[in-house]
Amino acid sequence: MSTASHAHDHAEDHGHDHGPPRGLTRWIYTTNHKDIGTLYLLFSLLMFFVGGSMALVIRAELFQPGLQIVNPDFFNQMTTMHALVMIFGAVMPAFVGLANWLVPMMIGAPDMALPRMNNWSFWIMPFAFTLLLSTLFLPGGGPAGGWTLYPPLVLQTGDAFPFVILAVHMMGASSIMGAINIIATILNLRAPGMTLMKMPMFVWTWLITAYLLIAVMPVLAGSVTMLLTDKFFGTSFFNAGGGGDPVMFQHIFWFFGHPEVYIMILPAFGIISMIIPTFARKPLFGYASMVYATASIAFLSFIVWAHHMFTVGMPLAGELFFMYATMLIAVPTGVKVFNWISTMWRGAMTFETPMLFAIAFVVLFTIGGFSGLMLAMAPADFQYQDTYFVVAHFHYVLVPGAVFSIMAAAYYWLPKWTGHMYDEKLGQWHFWLSTIGVNVLFFPQHFLGLAGMPRRIPDYALQFTEFNMMSTVGAFMFGFSQLLFAYNVIKTIRGGAKATDKVWEGADGLEWTLSSPPAYHTFTTAPEIR
Amino acid sequence: MTHAEHAPTDHYYVPHHSHWPIVASISLFILMYGGATLLNGGSKGILLLGLTLLLITIFGWFGTVIREGEKGMYSDQVDRSFRWGMIWFIFSEVMFFAAFFGALFYARSYSVPWLGGESDHGLVTHGMLWPKYEADWPTNGPADIGGFFAPMHAWGLPALNTLILLSSGVTITLAHWGLIEGNRPKLIKWLAATVALGILFLFLQATEYHEAYKHLNLTLGSGIYGSTFFMLTGFHGLHVTIGAIILTVILFRSMAGHFTLERHFAFEAAAWYWHFVDVVWLGLFIFVYWM
Repeated sequence: MSTASHAHDHAEDHGHDHGPPRGLTRWIYTTNHKDIGTLYLLFSLLMFFVGGSMALVIRAELFQPGLQIVNPDFFNQMTTMHALVMIFGAVMPAFVGLANWLVPMMIGAPDMALPRMNNWSFWIMPFAFTLLLSTLFLPGGGPAGGWTLYPPLVLQTGDAFPFVILAVHMMGASSIMGAINIIATILNLRAPGMTLMKMPMFVWTWLITAYLLIAVMPVLAGSVTMLLTDKFFGTSFFNAGGGGDPVMFQHIFWFFGHPEVYIMILPAFGIISMIIPTFARKPLFGYASMVYATASIAFLSFIVWAHHMFTVGMPLAGELFFMYATMLIAVPTGVKVFNWISTMWRGAMTFETPMLFAIAFVVLFTIGGFSGLMLAMAPADFQYQDTYFVVAHFHYVLVPGAVFSIMAAAYYWLPKWTGHMYDEKLGQWHFWLSTIGVNVLFFPQHFLGLAGMPRRIPDYALQFTEFNMMSTVGAFMFGFSQLLFAYNVIKTIRGGAKATDKVWEGADGLEWTLSSPPAYHTFTTAPEIR
Repeated sequence: MTHAEHAPTDHYYVPHHSHWPIVASISLFILMYGGATLLNGGSKGILLLGLTLLLITIFGWFGTVIREGEKGMYSDQVDRSFRWGMIWFIFSEVMFFAAFFGALFYARSYSVPWLGGESDHGLVTHGMLWPKYEADWPTNGPADIGGFFAPMHAWGLPALNTLILLSSGVTITLAHWGLIEGNRPKLIKWLAATVALGILFLFLQATEYHEAYKHLNLTLGSGIYGSTFFMLTGFHGLHVTIGAIILTVILFRSMAGHFTLERHFAFEAAAWYWHFVDVVWLGLFIFVYWM
């Protein structure tokens, strides 16, 4: 036994020096953080197009008043599924994919802390989304009550209902395991000398994001479990007749939902804090304040949830508390925006595609932040609640916010990952078409909302027509310009000008000390950080 | 420890290939698909298939990790990763229970008093729908869902169960002392006692449920009281069951000579989990049964 296991051990040790195995099993059995990062990112890109197609169905229907293309029930399925797919399928996996690729390379670790669990976190996702998307073909169609799954409406969902709930459970399990892995990696696998306050901002923001994920995904699991038992096992959590309360679901859901918002933006803050210093050729302004601001935002995210439900009927004290707590978030967020601008101040700036996306992020995310402040005021929110103003607000923070940061990250690190430079000209075209498209798409929605157009309705009054037409034109412009992005990414993977190890003149950090592309296993012995 | 010289203390152990995660994903998918079709009125077959596959996965995956651990392939740093992983996993479990405790507190502090007419919210729900309803706890709501029931009292079986779980916290600590003293019989004796207390707890809990359904008319369908009572104690019972299974595995491993004085994280993880289950029970005893 001894000799056999010696030989076996030896073979395994020896295997460390080899590159990746060939064939499909490489991707299915892999425990390599780079492979798993790639899988996450490609999955996210696929879901981005799936969710995007649903958005285009919505916008096509809203091009004109009246019902032209889809029936109202299918329209409702599209709004519900678009949100679920984009949040859980596109944005979150993209950030996890970036964390997989970058965190080990940024802290000088050989891999993620728990590599087999890492594989499982990813491979749950395609199955979870098969379960979710299959509901569109069930009798009664997919879920149509909105992604927030409010009872009692959601309890009227047909055969799709248990599929949606169990798919959400699977996504939650995947997220929790992914987050545990990231925390364990950051806390345990940093190279000697990489103290917490030397970590790159992307690592810091992910550390805090992972904490938020572990704190709130189980709460989502709890709330959807209560929905399931209310529907199938006769419990009365959300039934006033039994002493429960449908409003209670909203409280529990948004206790998850608000930190979830920051789960989708904190890693974006981290990315922007990496890219701006590179292209301004200056170190990040106010690193320590960035760290504390991130932590403050995370803390505040737990005590603001009811601003999503100001009109539901809460005691005055509740309205006031959640209003003021929400406004407080503007302070650490302001610190961040101030720091990004100060980093650029008097920098030797150049405007490659990642920097363009990063600057657009700072400007456009801030617009979303300001509309957020407007919504934070309870008396004003009574007018905006459930209008297109809310839609405009959260799409400004999520599309030219989170999504732009992911694109910036893709352009910024693709040369490192693939060893090839992307097509800069195509990247610039993609940037300008996206930026113009996204503003034509979402800016008019502010006016629609202020004028009173309700969200999640397939038809509207005649006076809203012009702005809706504009919005739809912008949607198709934005949607189709993403094909340029996909084309550019695939082209870069397959070939292109050779990238240097440092890639960007102003780049700083451990990942840029590695070759482009990096070896299959990097930092198997930890580097020393001064 | 003939393999001690092979312990890769200089570099982190990154397992190469593993088929267990994809098998786990497929099993989970079949389980979830089976669960959903069962809830929609289908048969149990697919669910049971998924469950079987998942159990096989758990055996296979943990088996691999145990063999690697016994071969000494895990350095101190790998050990720390497991520790962080377990700590944050337990934290996620705490938050899962927090959602149900939150529901209990919300119902008791807000929804039930409001249904009884407290504050201006009562104007509509109380005044127009259920003017005769008086807020009280326990309750099955103004619509008397599930019919008249009697609540579960704290100072019978639940108090005994509290004593049992608290004692099991002591016995598992004694087992740990046995392990670090190198006194294997002591380890095995107290570990077996812990498992026995866990099983006794579950038996009494089952007795209590039987009593509730047969004699008190207290069911999962007894309004908000029945919902919170059975979901909280039920999920806790599920966790006790899982904890007892984990401890049984640890017991068999102890009898098979696994674990060393310095290196026995699997034991500690099981103990942490057991203490977590214990603490959740204290919360249940105070807020579900007693107050």
